[in-house]
Amino acid sequence: MKFTFDGRPYEARRGDTLAAALIRNGVHLMGRSFKYHRPRGVLAAGAEEPNALVEIDRGGARRTPNLRATVVEVFDGMVARSQNRTPSLRFDVGAVNDLLAPFLPPGFYYKTFMWPIGAWAKLYEPLIRRAAGLGRAPDLPDTDRYTQRFAHCDVLVIGAGPAGLAAAAEAAAAGMRVMLCDEQAEFGGSLLSDPAAAAGLHETLAALFANPRATMLCRTTAFGIYGDNLVGLAERVTDHLPDPDPALPRERLWQVRAKRIVVAAGAIERPLVFPGNDRPGIMLGDAARIFATRYGANPGRNAVVVTACDTGADVARDLAASGVRIARVIDLREGFRVTGTSGRLRVSFIGIERGGAREKIPCDLVAMCGGWTPSIHLYSQARGKPRFDAALGAFVPDTEVSNLICVGACAGDMPGAYRAGIAPVSSEGRAFVDFQNDVTAKDLELATREGFRSIEHVKRYTTTGMATDQGKTSNINALGIVAGALGATIPEIGLTTFRTPYTPVTFGTLAGHSRGDLFDPVRTTPMHQLAVAAGAVFEDVGTWKRARYFPRAAEDMHMAVARECRMVRDSVGMFDATTLGEIEVVGADAAEFMNRVYINAWTRLAPGRCRYGVMLGENGFVMDDGVVGRLAPDRFHVTTTTGGAARVLAAMEDYRQTEWPELRVWLTSVSEQWAVIAVQGPRAREALLPLVDGLDISAAVMPHMSVVEGTFLGIEMRLFRVSFSGEMGFEVNVPADYGHAAWEAISARVGACQGGLYGTEAMHVLRAEKGFIIVGQETDGTATPDDVGLAWAIGKAKPDFIGKRSLTRSGMSGPRRQLVGLRTDDPATVLEEGAQITATTDDNRPLGHVTSAYGGATVGHSIALAMIESGRDRLGATLQVRMPGRAIAVRVTAPVFYDPEGARLDA
Amino acid sequence: MKLIPCPICGERAEIEFAYGGQAGLVRPPPTATEAAWGAYLYSRENPKGALRERWRHIHGCGRFFNLTRDTVTDKFIP
Repeated sequence: MKFTFDGRPYEARRGDTLAAALIRNGVHLMGRSFKYHRPRGVLAAGAEEPNALVEIDRGGARRTPNLRATVVEVFDGMVARSQNRTPSLRFDVGAVNDLLAPFLPPGFYYKTFMWPIGAWAKLYEPLIRRAAGLGRAPDLPDTDRYTQRFAHCDVLVIGAGPAGLAAAAEAAAAGMRVMLCDEQAEFGGSLLSDPAAAAGLHETLAALFANPRATMLCRTTAFGIYGDNLVGLAERVTDHLPDPDPALPRERLWQVRAKRIVVAAGAIERPLVFPGNDRPGIMLGDAARIFATRYGANPGRNAVVVTACDTGADVARDLAASGVRIARVIDLREGFRVTGTSGRLRVSFIGIERGGAREKIPCDLVAMCGGWTPSIHLYSQARGKPRFDAALGAFVPDTEVSNLICVGACAGDMPGAYRAGIAPVSSEGRAFVDFQNDVTAKDLELATREGFRSIEHVKRYTTTGMATDQGKTSNINALGIVAGALGATIPEIGLTTFRTPYTPVTFGTLAGHSRGDLFDPVRTTPMHQLAVAAGAVFEDVGTWKRARYFPRAAEDMHMAVARECRMVRDSVGMFDATTLGEIEVVGADAAEFMNRVYINAWTRLAPGRCRYGVMLGENGFVMDDGVVGRLAPDRFHVTTTTGGAARVLAAMEDYRQTEWPELRVWLTSVSEQWAVIAVQGPRAREALLPLVDGLDISAAVMPHMSVVEGTFLGIEMRLFRVSFSGEMGFEVNVPADYGHAAWEAISARVGACQGGLYGTEAMHVLRAEKGFIIVGQETDGTATPDDVGLAWAIGKAKPDFIGKRSLTRSGMSGPRRQLVGLRTDDPATVLEEGAQITATTDDNRPLGHVTSAYGGATVGHSIALAMIESGRDRLGATLQVRMPGRAIAVRVTAPVFYDPEGARLDA
Repeated sequence: MKLIPCPICGERAEIEFAYGGQAGLVRPPPTATEAAWGAYLYSRENPKGALRERWRHIHGCGRFFNLTRDTVTDKFIP
């Protein structure tokens, strides 16, 4: 296979990771560190890699930054690039930071960018933002697909090394439904770098793959454990393929609910902390062994093994068997100390000292064996509390977690050779602890001298463990250094929190299909396409699309709305009111239920009549409103606001089930079942008459606030005589499937009566001229019925209703903000909604604010509604609406600007 | 994501439920004292440990029911 790295062509073998292929090609310089831009090679061979972060470019939008070269699988034709360097990896101008290192101590942001404060926005922040981040974020929308799956199993085994495979095989043999996942491309874990294990591994895997009750997921990272054994798995489906089948998703999120979880996540080797421990060619001992034995990519010709435990001998043996010359094995337990290394882009010498005797050993590979840290991330996420194992020099699982066990190395179950304790540290010079974030042992010691005691504080101050690898190789070393500097034990210093995700997960995987149109699905009415065809401009109301106005040829919004308003006042307009919430309240106790839920009295409302209903919260404040029609003694057709439909039904259900279970009443949402067309204006009756199959809709039979069931051109219909415009009006309810047809039929009739369509903007102007409130616009959750002029609606004789007791609480009377109208001196001045109002321009105490303001289409002047302290006592007074740099004088009026007697409603 | 035992539907994922706050609040009559009504409106237990609370299987059967949950471990107590 062929691939390129920074434009240069190389060859790879099937099964190579990018890191393995580059090493086989003699390339060790793979990245630059974050802060000092120091040249770096691989430290590790797996997911814990902090240094070798690369960008994979598949063209166009498909460019992924910050991938670890140690887990990226090479495919034929792959294009890979290094990051965080200008102009090239070998010569990076950013490396000047390395020379400035003495001036860039931990916390240098906080110490340096203090003043002048004005420099933050213009100088410091842009500077810091340019320097921040490693890779380049893709600048085009993601064109790949991502899917999500839910799964259930008896046992989920996380990690397919020797312990995980044994657990999976045993569970499968017992007939359980097993899922086995591993982040690597192949199952086997550490067995993959042990040639002697190959035959046994093959046999175990063959049995598992043949078992229909076993689900085997490779390239799948268990990145988080959530409540009640829900595990998030990120499966990388196509990233390793040169030419993926477009039918396949790029990644798949599995949400697995497991009866039992077996964590077999293994352990991660620790680097040693000595001066110059970060040069390319210096890597973990196990990583060197994996490259040599599993990938056949010897990471050097002449190696020095530095070890703090017995595994150093194994590493030296396996490297030698692969043809690497072992220059020396330095066992720190024998009194040796590493004094430094040299080599600009690759290690060339390592210096050691014992008892004053110094020596420089030439080498091109240094293998570090600093002991092993169990991967307790998932155990800890599942709220397990680990304990410190001093012999191991690491934390191991301790408290029990229900239905989760850790097995193998992640449980601390390791042979004695792996037990190193905390390795000795040489902190003189620059000895790196967190390689990606360039945190040295000295930095940690400085933080303790500056007063930081808790490891959580040291972490945030120095950024140790905060890089993309989340401290997988650095945390224990950092704890050891901080504990040493403070003269404390590691358990006293504490352990930083393990958070999800274990390794980075793409946003695509988490979002799945919830993108674009599916992110927040749009609701449209059955008449939506007709509104589109009529040239409507839409607005979003909750998740609905509502037609705001219907501009003609050269009209702007103001002109269109003015025309639509005049049309409704002069002839007839039609309006799509389908989005209103509708609830049917049915049962022998329906009226009693309505009495308790709404402030109004319902008992004496005759069937066939309607009433404007107001609903409060128990706190006494207006929560929703709408017209309620009584269809029969035991049946109410309740309408709610568009945005309040779900909330109102939920509140009603709550009281029905938990407060008044004795009431025989049922609630059904019928919002989606009815299409609702408002026909409003003096010619509304004339427009509808030929469509209602002979129904008598004269004012005598069907007065304002009445409802009747009939047919509309043969279709089932509920016809309401209601008005939110101030004109005589009807609302035609037909089954939603007939909405389109009914709209077309009414449209033809309305046209014949010199009328047309109007949208929500005209609806707002028309209702404001009448002083009708909109819940959520005039009210803000602190308005009582009396505040908005609706005290008349309260059924005074009723013993109780939701919110009744609150209306007599202290503080609910006294000077409250009340609904009033406002007039400006200049009839053309339109106030700004939300503007604050004061008594005079010298007095800044707010008396209230403007809640609605419009040009006023039919009254000949602009209009506004406002909530003003003791507003009804201020009628005729002049107040000031405060605007930036000026004030607008307004006169307080009654909130009804048009037809205050309501004569037009009864036409 | 937790599993919540609905009395009608059995164990279902938390995402199907709406939280209903502290259980067992008795709605006082309209004759209640100012203090009693104020407590009903605004005073809630906030225990470290067992809390009796209401849940509704809003994206399922719609049923309200009560459960006891340990606020420290976030586990339901049978």
